[in-house]
Amino acid sequence: MMDKVKECMKIDWKAYQTKGFFDELIDAQGNVRSHGTQLAQFFANLSAEELVKARAVADLAIKEMGITFTVYNEGNMIDRAWPFDIIPRTIGKKEWQSVEVGLKQRVEALNLFIDDLYHDQKIIKDGIFPKGLLEKSVNFRQQCVGINPPNKIWAHICGSDLVRDGSGTMYVLEDNLRVPSGVSYMLENRSVMKRVFPELFEQVSILPVDDYPSQLFDMLAAMSPRPQDKPEVVVLTPGVFNSAYFEHCYLAQEMGCELVEGRDLVVEKDDCVYMRTITGLQRVDVIYRRIDDLFLDPEVFLPDSQLGVPGLMRAWSKGNVALVNAPGAGVADDKVVYAYVPEMIKYYLGEEAKLANVPTFKCLDPKECDHVIKNIDKLVVKPANESGGYGLLIGPKSTKKEQEACIAQIKADPRNWVAQPTLDLSTVPTFDGNKPDGRHTDLRPFILSSGKDTQVTTGGLTRVAMVKGSLVVNSSQGGGSKDTWIVDEEAK
Amino acid sequence: MLSRVGETLYWVSRYIERAENVARLINVNNLLMMDLPKGVCTGWEPLIDIIGVRKAYSENHTDFSEQKALRYLLVGSDNSSSILNSITSARESARTIRDVIPRDVWEEINSLYYYVKDNQKEGITKRGRFEYLKKIIDSAHQIFGALDATINHDQGYVFIRFGSIIERADMTSRILDIRSATLITNEEEVKPFDNIQWISLLRSLSAYQMYRQEMGVRVQRADVIEFVMHSKVFPRSILFCMNELKALVLPLPNSTEIIKSIDDAIVELENKDVRVLKNGLLHDFIDEIQIDLAGIHNGLAETYFLKQAE
Repeated sequence: MMDKVKECMKIDWKAYQTKGFFDELIDAQGNVRSHGTQLAQFFANLSAEELVKARAVADLAIKEMGITFTVYNEGNMIDRAWPFDIIPRTIGKKEWQSVEVGLKQRVEALNLFIDDLYHDQKIIKDGIFPKGLLEKSVNFRQQCVGINPPNKIWAHICGSDLVRDGSGTMYVLEDNLRVPSGVSYMLENRSVMKRVFPELFEQVSILPVDDYPSQLFDMLAAMSPRPQDKPEVVVLTPGVFNSAYFEHCYLAQEMGCELVEGRDLVVEKDDCVYMRTITGLQRVDVIYRRIDDLFLDPEVFLPDSQLGVPGLMRAWSKGNVALVNAPGAGVADDKVVYAYVPEMIKYYLGEEAKLANVPTFKCLDPKECDHVIKNIDKLVVKPANESGGYGLLIGPKSTKKEQEACIAQIKADPRNWVAQPTLDLSTVPTFDGNKPDGRHTDLRPFILSSGKDTQVTTGGLTRVAMVKGSLVVNSSQGGGSKDTWIVDEEAK
Repeated sequence: MLSRVGETLYWVSRYIERAENVARLINVNNLLMMDLPKGVCTGWEPLIDIIGVRKAYSENHTDFSEQKALRYLLVGSDNSSSILNSITSARESARTIRDVIPRDVWEEINSLYYYVKDNQKEGITKRGRFEYLKKIIDSAHQIFGALDATINHDQGYVFIRFGSIIERADMTSRILDIRSATLITNEEEVKPFDNIQWISLLRSLSAYQMYRQEMGVRVQRADVIEFVMHSKVFPRSILFCMNELKALVLPLPNSTEIIKSIDDAIVELENKDVRVLKNGLLHDFIDEIQIDLAGIHNGLAETYFLKQAE
């Protein structure tokens, strides 16, 4: 303990280097941004001992609360403690409100787009969205054509990743519409912070985040095909071996719902879904499914899926059960479709996008493809349908050999690839050994849509690349996270 | 209550109860060995028999030295009933139903797991052993206490209680079986130690104080057997546990058959004059009780647990 204290030192923000990046806390002149002043002051006043202790308390809290995520390594499942940094990331309330508006607009357009694709495909007929793209989409589900989910909502829960570039402009990097995860960590990060620095919450006016589980439940309940006092809502998990299992449990627990596995459910002759309870079968109204489309129903999708429920799609298409997110919603989630979101917003809503897309080159277009191949060492190249940072090529950090392999893949299937300029992602002060140092960061807010109203989490999940200079923030690839504060500077 | 969840609750509770019982067993044996002279002492061998792992133990061990036997009982990875394995199983099962278990209880199970795992060296050393085992027993009590005080006393709670109590009855019968068989009673000169060993048996069941309140100060073979088998008030006696099991399943649906099997076991137990059973006959009777307990478990599983898809 003593050694650690000696190694650690008090924080001197004047010594903190932003190194030409946009930093979330400290501006280019070395001054603390206004929404972070109280936070910076508080940390600067902590003694070296207090800092060491705070980090130990946070580690212990995470271990005791069992906040974990699962990684796969050579076939083994490893349950790792959640990597957490004690310096929160702050955003001013005013800025956040405008981000919220932009996110709501975006998700509204995405839902209209999905519904259109499964019905009249007007956006294709009007020449806005290329027909060829849809035909090649791996997430378009023929089985969903013509189905009308309640309130025409397909992507009830959306997790959009936001980043800032060198100028501080906020961009949407991608939208996760299949089974976005991370919200439980957003909530747990806050509870850890409350354990570690209870006094901070008295001093700074931080907007609360813990409304999410009840908002989620209300949204789910509103999707019930049997309007009644207490619809039976369940969370469907692939099981304890899934990397997001912690979150599945967490959300079921917070909402007071059953957490079910495929084998707990059965579709009977009446095409309704039931769960097997000790008193017999019990009807289920809404399934918040955390299983990918292809595993949902072995009768319709992968026939050897052990995770799903035979007949589930039948029950859903007859409107006897609500599936959240709806099967097929992932069609709007791939990185090529992403490039068309600004056009979608204009087409469906007649508005300009309020939140910018990162400029994206579509390899589908021969000219743009050519540009990507020529400039591959300067671009971030992404496959359309991977998540978790897999299959990504970061041009400036890649070897010649990696670039050539990537070019070969692009040429083989141009439709599957997009590229974006490498953004100078913003940094946020993060403990590196004994003092804070800038680490690249992103932010994943979650947007809930019921068709009647849309809600955005207060802030979201801040992820940081724990490795110096790294741009990869995914927890499966060594990223960590922080509590995210939306600070009301006007509140007294 | 999902069938799968009911089943898991049953096992979580059964594993924790088992870990607690094994911890108490080791603790008492430890104290007993300090009181007995070397030549008389039965060592650690009976404990291996009590938890029923002699065969597996013999495959990898040649003797019953303190170090080897203790390591096997505490953390032996090839011993499915070692404390560490029981707690690991409890934690892994609890993880699959984290949504159902109160947060504090999950955190306690989780911390207990880390404690047992990270401090295993303490458990092996003579000095650290008592603290290590005490912490495990305390933690198990805290888990059951927190469950009792914070979880809804609904059907799920029935499965928690059932798992704990059936394990308890099972362990009481094992302790009685092995301990009574290894007691050295024939030779005159060891008489003073006879007493100590019966007291130790009671202590293994945390029954010593209650025995004295109920049966008087003198510790005698017949009284001890009567007490741990037939007491209607001591919560670890086999009869008490059986009555409890019956009361638990009464409000459950479709419980007619399982109630009947418990009733049969109770009648059989109550009608037996256990005071006069000598070693061989006692062993046979305990065998019957164990078969009854296994039958009760199977009945429960058959009626309520998740069946493999047809």
